[in-house]
Amino acid sequence: MKAPRVWSWIALTLGLLYFFLPLIGTIEFSLRKRRGEYSLDAYRWVFEDPKFRETFSYSVVMALFTIVVGVLIVVPTAYWVRLKFPRLRPLVEFVTLLPLVIPPIVIVFGYIRLYNTSSFLPLTGTASGTNLLLMMGYATLSLPYMYRAVDTGLRTIDVRTLTEAAQSLGANWPTIIGRVIMPNVLVAVMSGAFLTFAIVIGEFVMAALLNRPAFGPYLQLIGANRAYEPAALAVIAFSITWICMGLIQLATLLTRHSRPPRS
Amino acid sequence: MSFLEIEHLEKSFGSVRVVKDFNLPIEKGEFVSLLGPSGCGKTTVLRMVAGFETPSTGSIRIDGRDVVSLRPNQRNIGMVFQSYALFPNLTVAQNVAFGLKVKGVKVADRTARVAEMLRLIGLEGYDDRYPFQLSGGQQQRVALARALAVQPQVLLLDEPLSALDAKIRVSLREEIRDIQRRLAITTIFVTHDQEEALSISDRVVVMNGGVAEQVGQPFEIYNRPSTRFVAEFVGTLNLIEARVLDRDSGRIGIGSREASLGRPLTSDRLTLGIRPEALTLGRAADRDMVLEGRIDDVHFLGSVIRIQATVAGERVMLDTFNRPGTPPPAPGQAAEFSVHPEDLLVLEGERSP
Ligand SMILES: Nc1ncnc2c1ncn2[C@@H]1O[C@H](COP(=O)(O)OP(=O)(O)O)[C@@H](O)[C@H]1O
Ligand SMILES: [Mg+2]
Repeated sequence: MKAPRVWSWIALTLGLLYFFLPLIGTIEFSLRKRRGEYSLDAYRWVFEDPKFRETFSYSVVMALFTIVVGVLIVVPTAYWVRLKFPRLRPLVEFVTLLPLVIPPIVIVFGYIRLYNTSSFLPLTGTASGTNLLLMMGYATLSLPYMYRAVDTGLRTIDVRTLTEAAQSLGANWPTIIGRVIMPNVLVAVMSGAFLTFAIVIGEFVMAALLNRPAFGPYLQLIGANRAYEPAALAVIAFSITWICMGLIQLATLLTRHSRPPRS
Repeated sequence: MSFLEIEHLEKSFGSVRVVKDFNLPIEKGEFVSLLGPSGCGKTTVLRMVAGFETPSTGSIRIDGRDVVSLRPNQRNIGMVFQSYALFPNLTVAQNVAFGLKVKGVKVADRTARVAEMLRLIGLEGYDDRYPFQLSGGQQQRVALARALAVQPQVLLLDEPLSALDAKIRVSLREEIRDIQRRLAITTIFVTHDQEEALSISDRVVVMNGGVAEQVGQPFEIYNRPSTRFVAEFVGTLNLIEARVLDRDSGRIGIGSREASLGRPLTSDRLTLGIRPEALTLGRAADRDMVLEGRIDDVHFLGSVIRIQATVAGERVMLDTFNRPGTPPPAPGQAAEFSVHPEDLLVLEGERSP
């Protein structure tokens, strides 16, 4: 074996250890609730906790709404910018990056100031109003990922010519976006959607400050009060992320027309 | 009044006028080509007809109705693009059905129409293929079927063959022309390839710098170009400088020879344009204008022998038909060439670079 090969193997092994050791440690720890033997007791406890089910389903529903709203905002915007204002693209890209620069805590304090019960739009006065606010906050947080994913998807098609072809066939804007643009960026939208899902499931700051029963604050609560269950929760959360990644791959595979052309 | 009427059409992008006073009446069922070098404004004219660009001034009427204020999706115009522009997520059948679906045509009628269109373009049985599974020529035929499925009033094609191989380009252009004739659909075809334009059009519009320099049948454009640009752009043309010896009688000098054009002239210098097929090697009975020169190169192409020669200091090219009894001339040899004065294109004014 040649020397460079040895070094690449060492690098790979170190990388894998760095990645997997904490994971294995966590899994191992989560199984040790019963003294002296491995068991799924911690998991059983988690799944039997009604708070887990409540907060988790709350977050899932929030994530789904966030995805829908995010797609409805981002796809037409990215499309329109590409079609009509290509010069504005760097600016729009910069704006979509802002949520990475501005801490969520600033955003949420801004929300609370703007929409408190004595404001012109007292959203925080009701549960559904606060949910709406939280969802908008989530949509903002996922904006950088969603926009980039969709914009990359749009780059793979000739947006302008396809739009004109559809127009000359009599299509109006909703038809063009719904039947031509959306299906062709679907894989990109999916990957944006799964990233959004992962973000929303784990988000803590906004949900905690808006005092909504989301999964993030629950995770924090359990982490502060119990020993083995947080590890089990971490493993569950991690699995969800991985399932999301797998679904992205699956979506790519299942889209027949996006296979590369035969050479 | 013509079916499609373009009058005083102008378009400026910022301060640049890219289409200038463009006028073109097109009869129903006519096949008209816009021919010109890249950047002369062909696509811009087409896009104004389609509704993708708004004219700065001028009018476009289809069947008596002014369409300038209509949006592209209200114009009932079929468009075929150089890049095919098939919807990648839809199958061949779904692509062809797209316009029908948008119009709200019933499923049964739609299916029948799609089948009819696929038969028309010779792609029966390709219904369920995706665009990426087709060759370029097949994709462009699907694009044509898609545009025609909705029975547009006018069909617009913007360099539809430019992305294809030479061989398919020729066969597909014949196919397009054939389909156009069968459906008798009014068509504007944009190309920068003069052979393409001449071979399939009822009329050709030669454009230069946003201006329609000449509009006419291919035979007319080729044989009686009205401007110097048209003469040089369409077909191969040998250019020979001549001195005017006597304006009134039309006597001119070419190299050491003199000849008469038999018509009065207006300037002192002029350029003679001679098509390769109008120039004959040696003297011929009815070709009484004789030039002398030297043969540079001979290409035997089978039915045609292409000869490169120098006449009066200019490089010229001529084609003669092969005859079994006459072997081709040898390069380097001095020779006489003859031409019928009526076959000469007299180009007065400055020679373009
Ligand atoms: N949207 C546009 N903005 C600015 N200039 C344009 C635009 N479209 C075309 N042009 C200019 O107009 C001229 C004619 O273009 P075009 O109609 O595409 O020419 P052709 O199709 O004959 O090659 C070119 O010089 C081109 O640069
Ligand atoms: Mg063009």
